Amino acid sequence: MTPALIVFFTIGTIAVASSILVIGMRNPVHSALFLLLTFLCVAVLFVMKSAEFVAAVQVLVYAGGIMVLFLFVVMLINVRHLPDERVLSRFAKGGFLVGAAVFVLFATVIRPGVYHDPVNNEQALRTTYRTFHRHGKLIRRATVVGNSEAVGMALYRDYLVPFEVASIFLLVAMIGAIVIGKRELSALEEETAPDFILEKVETEKEVKEAMSA
Amino acid sequence: MPSTEAYLMLSGTLFAVGLIGVIIRRNMITVLMAIELMLNAVNVNLVAFSYNLSSLDGQVFTIFVITVAAGEAAVGLAIIIQLYRLKSTVNVDEARELNG
Repeated sequence: MTPALIVFFTIGTIAVASSILVIGMRNPVHSALFLLLTFLCVAVLFVMKSAEFVAAVQVLVYAGGIMVLFLFVVMLINVRHLPDERVLSRFAKGGFLVGAAVFVLFATVIRPGVYHDPVNNEQALRTTYRTFHRHGKLIRRATVVGNSEAVGMALYRDYLVPFEVASIFLLVAMIGAIVIGKRELSALEEETAPDFILEKVETEKEVKEAMSA
Repeated sequence: MPSTEAYLMLSGTLFAVGLIGVIIRRNMITVLMAIELMLNAVNVNLVAFSYNLSSLDGQVFTIFVITVAAGEAAVGLAIIIQLYRLKSTVNVDEARELNG
């Protein structure tokens, strides 16, 4: 039992336990906090596989960005949870069955002893390559840098087009989220909307008029 | 150093837990969290194979998956807010207008 294995089993157990608690908690805020714990444990697992940059991105984007988004939405919609309210959907039994089947499928696909981890290959994940011409010959020179620099070179050089597509995707997602989340009722919606929404819109209009006056 | 098999088992467990959460929960916010859990399980897999193959491609793909997860969370939460405005609930069983 090496120290690395002890860390792996501890962190892995915490990750699995908190992921089960994410889907088991009644209150969405508790679920979100356990999801945060799972993300941090997964970041530790990334560091152990010498993916330091990805671990940092995981903490920044997931723990910093997505979790705040979740908590803000929980705060905005302010769902009250009655103690006798049902948590599970109609498909609960089938859901457990499907999950167990998928887990068994994954467990049988993994064959122990097939994947041989190369010894001392941390170097390869910290290496970037530079190609240049000299005397009409193509020379490829490897430089050992940090993991962040190596990932950055791969991202901006080998994966430049996917990177640009991802930026377009983020722009489209941002515009879509703004358009979907906007509160503006059309004439048809005003007829069918429940009363409390109309009241809210009325109050907002009044507040706006009072502010502008 | 834990082997790739151990990482694959862990990622499979996380994925199965996320899948169960997506199917069994009625609260839409928790369903979205379970989807994030599944995406994270995929990331663990990619990083483990990136180490196993001594290649950075897996880590680059992980960054793309995180990008997609961020966009998906933003749009999904906007949809949840709109559903709450329309039906004053976040219960997925209540939103079945397409059921016929």
